[in-house]
Amino acid sequence: MTLARAAAIILTKELRLEFRARELLTITVVFALVIVVLFSFAFDPTAGESRRYGPGLLWIAFLFAGSLMLNPSFAREQSNQTLDALRMAPISPFAILAGKMLANLMFLGVAELILVPVFAVLYNISLAGIVGRLALVLLLGTVGLVVTGTVFSAVASHARMRELLLPLLLLPLLAPLLIAAVEATAALFAEQPSLDRAWLTLLAGFDIVFLTASWLLSDYLLEE
Amino acid sequence: MKARAAITVAAAGLIFFAGYAALFIAPDEATMHEIQRVFYFHISLWTGMYTALGLAFVGNVAWLVTRQPKWDWLGVSAVEVGVVCCTGGLITGVLWGKPAWGIWWTWDARLTTCFILWLLYISYLILRGLIEEPPRRATLSAVFGIFAFLDAPLVYVSNRLWRTQHPAPVLFGGPDAGLDPRMVRVMLFCMVTVVIVTLIVLVDRYRLEGMRHELDELQLAAEAREFRLNSAPFKESL
Repeated sequence: MTLARAAAIILTKELRLEFRARELLTITVVFALVIVVLFSFAFDPTAGESRRYGPGLLWIAFLFAGSLMLNPSFAREQSNQTLDALRMAPISPFAILAGKMLANLMFLGVAELILVPVFAVLYNISLAGIVGRLALVLLLGTVGLVVTGTVFSAVASHARMRELLLPLLLLPLLAPLLIAAVEATAALFAEQPSLDRAWLTLLAGFDIVFLTASWLLSDYLLEE
Repeated sequence: MKARAAITVAAAGLIFFAGYAALFIAPDEATMHEIQRVFYFHISLWTGMYTALGLAFVGNVAWLVTRQPKWDWLGVSAVEVGVVCCTGGLITGVLWGKPAWGIWWTWDARLTTCFILWLLYISYLILRGLIEEPPRRATLSAVFGIFAFLDAPLVYVSNRLWRTQHPAPVLFGGPDAGLDPRMVRVMLFCMVTVVIVTLIVLVDRYRLEGMRHELDELQLAAEAREFRLNSAPFKESL
């Protein structure tokens, strides 16, 4: 079976699971919304201030929501030892990881699709004319978050206190991604929106480095 | 045992002389005067940290490839020693920053990178404490260690692009970098000394990890033996 086909099957399984329970997405969206609302008390949300702090607030909300949302990705395979069953399948470990990464990318993508318009309304930021470019920045940033987060979800799933451990492992590692994503978003929210190539390159570099590392290390990560 | 004592005494002598050289032999710096002398240890501690964390990366990769426990011992020992050097480097930097820059801390590329590295490797040690089975602990922490190591250049580049005010390197900056040759000699001596001391501590920590491993094995063997002895009468009664 090819890698793509195996990953697609894992992806379908994850989507079906989420479609039946509908828990993860709800919690993620509401949690990120809580952060977005709470931040409005931390500074005065006028148009100028929102442009300055908005991008950081948006990405902090995504990072926190993501680090919570990614935890069940592997943790829920623990309760019935279903990960052992997955590993018995004649597919490469990276297919399992890639399927889960794609599923998480979709979940977080949907959450962002809901959150960004709400954020724009609450903080009075106009999205007209930058939707396509913003989508590119969101995609590159979310890929990096999901790739490292899914790997660390597998790492943390074997540890005690894994719910607390995942944000601890993930958030410091995401520092370069946060800086690049925030700066790229800020360039789009500016009076003269522009696409900052340096930050986009850094985001793409982050994605490529950690995607390659996950591919190389997936055998060890998911071994018995 | 004699060799160990000799090495310890030699290291103590080296570090004592390094301190003396930094305080009294190195010439006075024109603008910063005495506070500049912290550099001799500040920069040396970073050299020690990079040596230790480089070795940790080697240990992490080698464990995944070879599965020999000694590489895992190297990984954890090197991270612990690296974290100690990093803490020392951060503290000496903060102490220097207040009189020289007027602020304790600034979010400059190098400072931020080291702080993030410190957080990442502290997380590595916490992670190790939370996984029970030794082989699994070794594998998962090795994966995390490799990710943390790969993150370091990215943190540096991102902060470099963002904002930086750290003094540019003058040590290997060419003939025009404007460093007194005596300063260079003292600096190199301090760097070599700190790296040597780092390695000595690292080797000790590595041996300790090996002994812990041995103790665990002996304990398991003893438990197995006790179990056999206790269950023997049952066999006879059958």
